[in-house]
Amino acid sequence: MFAWAKPLAAIAALCLLAEGALAEGKYGLGRVATAEEIAGWDVDIRPDGHGLPPGSGSVLDGEEIYLEQCAVCHGEFGEGAGRYPVLMGGFETLVDDRPEKTVGSYWPYASTVWDYVYRAMPFGFARSLSADDTYAVTAYLLYLNDVVDEEFVLTQENFSEVRMPNEAGFFVREQPDVPTGEPCMKNCKDKVEVVGRAVILDVTPDEAQPVLD
Amino acid sequence: MSSDKPKQSRAPDLLDRRRLLLGGAAAGGVVSSLALTRGLQAAESAPENLPPNTPDWSVYLGEGVDARPYGTPSEYEADVVRRRVEWLTATPESSVNFTPIHELDGFVTPNGLCFERHHGGRADISPQDHRLMIHGLVERPLLFTVDEIKRFPQENRFYFLECAANGGMEWRGAQLNGVQYTHGMIHCVQYTGVSLRTLLAEAGLKPKGSWILAEGADSSGMTRSIPMEKALDDCLVAYSMNGERLRPEQGYPLRLVVPGWEGNMWVKWLRRLEVGDAAWYHREETSKYTDLLPSGEAYKFTWTMEAKSVITSPSPEKPVTTEGFQVIKGLAWSGAGKIARVDVSLDGGMNWQTAQLHGPVLPKCLTRFTFDWHWDGKPALLQSRCVDETGYVQPDIASLQEVRGVNSIYHNNSIQTWQVNQDGVVENVRLG
Repeated sequence: MFAWAKPLAAIAALCLLAEGALAEGKYGLGRVATAEEIAGWDVDIRPDGHGLPPGSGSVLDGEEIYLEQCAVCHGEFGEGAGRYPVLMGGFETLVDDRPEKTVGSYWPYASTVWDYVYRAMPFGFARSLSADDTYAVTAYLLYLNDVVDEEFVLTQENFSEVRMPNEAGFFVREQPDVPTGEPCMKNCKDKVEVVGRAVILDVTPDEAQPVLD
Repeated sequence: MSSDKPKQSRAPDLLDRRRLLLGGAAAGGVVSSLALTRGLQAAESAPENLPPNTPDWSVYLGEGVDARPYGTPSEYEADVVRRRVEWLTATPESSVNFTPIHELDGFVTPNGLCFERHHGGRADISPQDHRLMIHGLVERPLLFTVDEIKRFPQENRFYFLECAANGGMEWRGAQLNGVQYTHGMIHCVQYTGVSLRTLLAEAGLKPKGSWILAEGADSSGMTRSIPMEKALDDCLVAYSMNGERLRPEQGYPLRLVVPGWEGNMWVKWLRRLEVGDAAWYHREETSKYTDLLPSGEAYKFTWTMEAKSVITSPSPEKPVTTEGFQVIKGLAWSGAGKIARVDVSLDGGMNWQTAQLHGPVLPKCLTRFTFDWHWDGKPALLQSRCVDETGYVQPDIASLQEVRGVNSIYHNNSIQTWQVNQDGVVENVRLG
């Protein structure tokens, strides 16, 4: 027997073992994804910090990156440019007639900011920020919203200690949330009166609030 | 007295009035596109093509079969297109357009007219370069080619897809004067694909797996968390719509189908499914697609699109052009199951009569309804109201506002009112 035959046989046996542990699915379709393949695509993170890569970034570094990469759409201080989303402020406005839903006033978790910036920003050049850049930009956005001070450095280790002001602002509603029952068929109202018309209200395009972005 | 007016052919008078009406309104995408629609409707017949004459197409040969390898609609239907409201979004890449539901019959939406909602533009992906990864809390993390996905046992099912923001512009009052804009973030097609349950079983679910994260391959990297109960219920990974491969704007080569639930969850260009033990709380399920209430708190995870209906004709785009017999046409749907009944009111909801449903009536699918109407030339306030098989009744806007205020943006399934005036012009109005 050749000298290399034995190690080869051992490797073959190991492979068989590995395949045994992964036993094929019912249809035997697809192949096992490698750890490297998964790592390249699995970049999502959760509020509990699950998925966060090692790294860190300071508010000051974040300001520099933000001004270069983000301010053109979101404004130098997150105030928004044109119709792009406002990222800063809006505190206490959620009960107002015209609420301002920002990272600071509305978003429940800092992880949402990190995840979204890393996967989708800057708009039109996604996945171009490094993990450290993303920590820094997130830190700067937290600073703009008075969640951290200007000396703050956001890291994998301290991430889960960050708490957003509106974390407790969400709940799952009852289904349904409006009264339902046998629908009325005759004489259902006291009166029928037109109080608004789309044509007369006539939304002037420039003044209308964007509802989607 | 209106009875003194001529009873026939009101169209020219109507068109003049419409032009006046539209000319007086501010310039904008909505107005100009409506004007275009109506301009085309005003096209006159050519007498030489009408009896007793013989038109050219009855004399000369037409195009051969090689002329159009992939067919397109008649050139006379050129105004039946998706349209966008410019002011709604900052860019056309992260934006939405609207299905022209007022021009359609039956319950199936043609592929080229299905509204588009992108967050990072339309991704154009070669199927050879696309993979679907399943990983996380599974026995075998798997990577599939598109061809391998197509080899799985096949499912063929019709479902509606409605954007959670459909009607979102109408919370405060009647705002957009066209059913394409008030209700057009919806389509309904037959999907072909593999059950998500089958795919997850192929990877082998671990007992702790209670949530799925679905991710798209587009530049927005769209992600949504989906509870395992739904993933194992009726979700599909689809590769075809209405018998042909998905259109690029609908997620070619693979998209997730999440029947009855808000459209944002139907991740397009699907490339990854991660199994986890908690929700991810990503951008589209926190800062967006949550319903802000008057208290300042917000609903999260309002997934089911509750029962809703609308009259598609008459509508602002489809005025009543003559007295006498009309068919009121509309659509009804429910994310909770089948439509059980649709009622129509001609007097703003004072009295209701039951409309006719046109089968097949399928769960989580558009259902076509009609109501025969003899218009006497008097003003009318048209409404439709549906009931689904769970007994849920489509609410009026006041009932929704009482609970949710006017800032919740999403999930507006209220009753729509169209006012028909004595000239047959139809307007989007709000009743008090």
